[in-house]
Amino acid sequence: MSLWAIGAVKSLLVLVFVLQLSAFLLWIERKGSALIQNRIGANRANIFGVVPFNLGFLNTLVADPIKMFTKEDFIPAGCDRFLHALAPFMALFPALITFAAIPFGDSIVLGGETVELRVVDLDVGLLYILAMVSMGVYGAVIAGWASNNRWALLGSIRGSAQMISYELAMGLALVSVVLSYGTLDMQDMVHAQGRTVLGFLPAWGVFFQPVAFIIIFVAGMAESKRVPFDIPEAESELIAGYFTEYSGGKQASFMLADFAEVVVVAGLVTTLFFGGWQFPWLAADGFHLPLMGTIEVSALVVTLLQLMAFSLKVLFFCWLQILVRWTVPRFRYDQLMDLGWKGMLPIALANVVFTAALILARGEGS
Amino acid sequence: MSDYIPVFFTLVFAAVIVAVMVSLNRILGPRTEANAIKDAVFECGNEPTGTAWGVRFAIKFYLVALLFIVFDVEVVFMYPWAVIFRELGWFGFVEMMVFMGILVVGYMYAWRKGALEWR
Repeated sequence: MSLWAIGAVKSLLVLVFVLQLSAFLLWIERKGSALIQNRIGANRANIFGVVPFNLGFLNTLVADPIKMFTKEDFIPAGCDRFLHALAPFMALFPALITFAAIPFGDSIVLGGETVELRVVDLDVGLLYILAMVSMGVYGAVIAGWASNNRWALLGSIRGSAQMISYELAMGLALVSVVLSYGTLDMQDMVHAQGRTVLGFLPAWGVFFQPVAFIIIFVAGMAESKRVPFDIPEAESELIAGYFTEYSGGKQASFMLADFAEVVVVAGLVTTLFFGGWQFPWLAADGFHLPLMGTIEVSALVVTLLQLMAFSLKVLFFCWLQILVRWTVPRFRYDQLMDLGWKGMLPIALANVVFTAALILARGEGS
Repeated sequence: MSDYIPVFFTLVFAAVIVAVMVSLNRILGPRTEANAIKDAVFECGNEPTGTAWGVRFAIKFYLVALLFIVFDVEVVFMYPWAVIFRELGWFGFVEMMVFMGILVVGYMYAWRKGALEWR
């Protein structure tokens, strides 16, 4: 019984975390982009004009959803009505459930039972993530096809070609990551990053696999189809790409799916390369500082510090992606495909060979 | 099996949340009269003729899809190899190099034939 209750609570908590962070990122993107471009940004939020100050992010978090969900449910003539409704579902659903495989803390003891602080407690966590991420392609393809709109169809074709191309580089880069950890279990990967190397440096994956980090981060950004890689929805060419014919809640689903993918990429990069929930030099019994010895910390504080470390790292990488999105101009389509097929794919392949040879040369194989 | 209980809950909760988001407009939104202008798809203001499903697009996209299938299947073979790589040792390394060599030959062929060029 308690197994079911714990499972339900954990999955609900993580879903709410991803949804809230996605909605919050929407606001950060509006205000952050305004900051970057020397504008003020969304600044007209008030309740009937009675509140004397600007209600800031209520704009995005309350007013926008109310407006979106009270729009007419509109499907243009000639659209495939079933697929038209299915597409936003297929876009947002995989993006929401991917984050479940990412561990957000060490296991804790709760009422005599050990609870792993991640939802999908599988030893093939990385495969789960890969499977769910690649399901995101269907949302774009179905949306473009169901819309009966030439620009939407072109956008979805571009989008699917781009997503599968970058998925390849991402998959190959993940092989080299699996090589160096020797496991597909995300929790084991995070545990492996808890040691220190050279006596002071936290053994984060980025120090062992810097090339794979860059490839996975870039490929992840391409998967979420945001600006440098937003060819599928290039507004000067294709109106809005595959979601041209969508409005209201369905449009909101596509938008949230984009931001949920940003959160997923941030979580993936954090877990694989930046120690996941590992707080630097913090073990289960307290801090083991390089020169100053050990500081004892209680188990509760350790768990809280780990949760905080994880959230901060994820937030940092979300912010980094938004920063890139507002700094770099859009790629041309041939540049985009060249980067994926001629740039990142051979580099990822060479990285796999190099990693494998290095592991054997260091005598780690049997 | 108990590992999959939270997976089940995640799938159900996510499905419910998304389904509510997609269908909320049907309940909350207004209903207005349909007319030909309003129902038309938006193609930059041009009047759409016929359906969009006959639109022609570059054959390149098919090539990308074919190449993707080939390479993706190869990458899938690498995951189990990567997990037990330390037990396999040099034998496994040489085996994978042969496998990867065939992959690289195919890749170079595709490159030389211009399958990766966009014009």
